Amino acid sequence: MTAPRHHQALIDRLGTELIPVRRLLPPWLRAAGWLLAVVAIACVLLMHYGAGGMLRRWADTPDMAWAFLGAAATAISAAWVAFSLGVPGRRASWAWLPVPAALLWIGASGFGCLRGWVGPGTQVASLHQSADCLVFIISFSIPLSALLIVLLRRAFPLRPTLAAVMIGLASAAASATLLEICHAYAVAATDLLTHALAVAVVVGVNAAMGGRLLSRA
Amino acid sequence: MPHALTAAGFMGVDSGVYRRVSPLTYVPADRIAANDSESPDQRRAAWMAAAQAGDRRAYEKVLADSVALIRAAARRQGVAVDHLDDVVQETLITVHRVRHTYDPVRSYDAWLSAIASRRAIDALRSRGRRDSREVHDEFALDRHADVDDASAATESEQRAQRLHAAIAELPPGQREAVEQLGLREYSLQEAEKLTGRRTGALKVNLHRALKTLRERFHGEP
Repeated sequence: MTAPRHHQALIDRLGTELIPVRRLLPPWLRAAGWLLAVVAIACVLLMHYGAGGMLRRWADTPDMAWAFLGAAATAISAAWVAFSLGVPGRRASWAWLPVPAALLWIGASGFGCLRGWVGPGTQVASLHQSADCLVFIISFSIPLSALLIVLLRRAFPLRPTLAAVMIGLASAAASATLLEICHAYAVAATDLLTHALAVAVVVGVNAAMGGRLLSRA
Repeated sequence: MPHALTAAGFMGVDSGVYRRVSPLTYVPADRIAANDSESPDQRRAAWMAAAQAGDRRAYEKVLADSVALIRAAARRQGVAVDHLDDVVQETLITVHRVRHTYDPVRSYDAWLSAIASRRAIDALRSRGRRDSREVHDEFALDRHADVDDASAATESEQRAQRLHAAIAELPPGQREAVEQLGLREYSLQEAEKLTGRRTGALKVNLHRALKTLRERFHGEP
């Protein structure tokens, strides 16, 4: 099939500029690479804090274990979706994938708010300790988001803002998962609000900046 | 991350590539056209896979074959017939820039249509912004006397002809800069891609061309 003359001129020119290219790796493989960095950080934290405290907290308050699982699943699925959205032709509806995991994460964390009434003896977070969580989540989310953005720069997200929201969600969820390793107290209403604020800040900043950083238009 | 490898380096990774008939079988690019049993989408996918490895013939074929698909995608988005060619050109340039994102296991048509739709939406938005800046007063247009229209049209046509003649007399570099940046309204990056000239050279050429044209029409330095 021959294109009209004016298109053919452009096609000829593009043909002369053709050089072999290295294909983008599949989204799952790139997501796995990013998750490997998260696992490496988790290993460092586990070596420092040990797994004992975390396992004891989970045995005492199983909802925290569910919140951990929800946050980890949110991080994994949101990272995969962010990389998928970087490939033209992939459905944007995949962006719903992290929702069930995020609901588990939010739901289980919210259940912890009742602990003040259900189990009055449990140590809950003070306002000061909650602020530490905010700092932890945000400071871990920045490098994790930056790494995701760097890994996505070679891709071509047709919906850069949606991809940036997924980056924010993945990094905030991964930070919350890491926080669980060294979280010395159970979740109270103030703590949950701080977590929600931290996640909203991370997702919001990514949406505002990532759209521009990722856009190749 | 580097976008390109040498042909030898690439072949080292995907040795013998060129077309995935089944997940484990590859056929060289030259034999792609010989098989009639495959769909046009599969054929284009095979051409694009070969193009990723540096096969220029396959690349030109797949781009030529893509024009109709791009036009169809742009039409679906509501782009007017007059502006379809702009979307086609924009999409072809984008395809060239992001060809490494295509995965030959997946549909080429879906990949291309997604890019074309995006470029069509961009074109509609940019046209919408331009239209919103322009003043429309249909009542005033209707009431405006038509007496001078014929002579005004002739005069305008003569002015356009004089301008085109003046542009044609410019040195090649300057002419190219005016055509790409001024008349076709390409961005510097697009014009760089199309002409092979650096953006700095394009800017200088455009500046010089405008100076020459100003001097010619208004006698201004």
